[in-house]
Amino acid sequence: MELINNLTQTQQFLLFSILKVLCVFVAVLPLIGASVLAERRVSAWIQDRIGPNRVGPFGLLQPLADGVKTMLKEDFTPNHVRKVYFWLAPAITVIPAFLTLAVIPFGSRLGSEKMVIADLNVGILYTFGIVSLGVYGIVLAGYSSNSKYPFLGGIRASAQMISYEIAMGMSVVPLFMLVESLNLGDVIAYQAGGAWLVFKQPLAFAIFLVSAFAETNRLPFDLPESETELVGGYHTEYSSMKFLLFFLGEYANMIASSAMMVTLFFGGWTLPIFGLDQPASSLVGGFIHIGIFVGKIGILMTLFIWVRWMLPRFRYDQLMDIGWKRFIPMALANILLTAIVLWVMH
Amino acid sequence: MIVNRKELSWWERMYLPAIASGFKVTLRHFFKKKVTMQYPEEKWSVPPGYRGAPYLVKDQEGRTKCVSCQLCEFVCPPRAISITPPGPDVQTEAGNVEKRPREFEINMLRCIFCGLCQEVCPEEAIFLMKDYSLTGQSRKEMIYNKEKLLALGGVHNDPIMKWKHKAQEAEQQETFPVPEERQ
Repeated sequence: MELINNLTQTQQFLLFSILKVLCVFVAVLPLIGASVLAERRVSAWIQDRIGPNRVGPFGLLQPLADGVKTMLKEDFTPNHVRKVYFWLAPAITVIPAFLTLAVIPFGSRLGSEKMVIADLNVGILYTFGIVSLGVYGIVLAGYSSNSKYPFLGGIRASAQMISYEIAMGMSVVPLFMLVESLNLGDVIAYQAGGAWLVFKQPLAFAIFLVSAFAETNRLPFDLPESETELVGGYHTEYSSMKFLLFFLGEYANMIASSAMMVTLFFGGWTLPIFGLDQPASSLVGGFIHIGIFVGKIGILMTLFIWVRWMLPRFRYDQLMDIGWKRFIPMALANILLTAIVLWVMH
Repeated sequence: MIVNRKELSWWERMYLPAIASGFKVTLRHFFKKKVTMQYPEEKWSVPPGYRGAPYLVKDQEGRTKCVSCQLCEFVCPPRAISITPPGPDVQTEAGNVEKRPREFEINMLRCIFCGLCQEVCPEEAIFLMKDYSLTGQSRKEMIYNKEKLLALGGVHNDPIMKWKHKAQEAEQQETFPVPEERQ
């Protein structure tokens, strides 16, 4: 404590930021593993199977075994690929997924530290900026693989992700009209006490949720991967660690968008009971808030997994139709409606 | 025949009924009894007449029933069986059974589980049992020798008991009353 107090403001900021970055990174990786396992178990249950239950108690160590197996595979680079981009693509897919987490408040406070890596005033704009970068990894992978299936996957990914980003971005505008701030911490403060924005803006949530499915290439919008028609889509030519990075990126993206939805629509780390909607004053309270946040993410991840077995894949034209002809007008109408309501009320 | 596609109603085009029914189906299956069998621990009970791995059997008195006639070796389509007959030397431990094989090997990698060996055996000494999914660490391990085949085959409850009768006959021969004048 003495040591920390003797540091200057900048040094303290640096120290705590680095600590938080490390903690978030180290916490997200097991979360990814847990969601991979959950995906396999839930999928199995829905299909009347049991799922992986051999590695460790209840198959809990299965993701670890999967990871080790994938890393020990031969890292094969086909001759016909464009090597630089081929090597670059997996990294570009993973990095934005993790960067998105930087602005998300994952807890109230521990001691005097706010539990958010970067308390940006333009949090949501930063998020959308970074999410847009995610498409480059996939497009690069599709392009550099220099073979037909990844190419088709890459083209589909670019069209799909760019289209749905617009709907996604527009769907959250009414939220910020209500909150009157772009800072995600303020969004959570607004929702404290149970006034969750999902109740005030159900249409915005519906659009955001569906767009999140499209952005993370999950069923029913998994056209860039679609195993049944494109082998593996954009990552057909990848193996070993590079494939693992795509895999990690996909799940990290799911976690990031779940975290985003929790923050925007479900009150972040707050719960409207037991006074859990105010910033914690003790360490225990701080950890409880982090637990609430992770729990909410878990519920949304289950939704992600569940929907995979509920709906068949959309056709490409249907996908574009929903994105451009339904969601964008709906989001615009929602903005207009919210604006009118706010104008009338003032 | 042309089947006209049904025009969807406005409500159906909202996707919501489809989502609801999809949720219903998946939820039902989520809690349903699972069909998975925990394989190596649980196994299918195979039906009678199933042709699994061929093993040698002993009779009730612990004798090897095989008499090295080599019919199975001869009939075996993939030539998985190889028998070494005892030759002229007498086997005292064989217990009346003529020509008990010195070695009897079945290469389980070659065996096609056709059951011809069982059909052709005049002594009812080899049977296709219920074992399937034979595994081993090496090819050599998959060549089952006589001891292994006998151990796996166990005892066959043979109603004829040929070798028991042979032994009795032999005993009767020894105690056969010989007329005085012949001695």
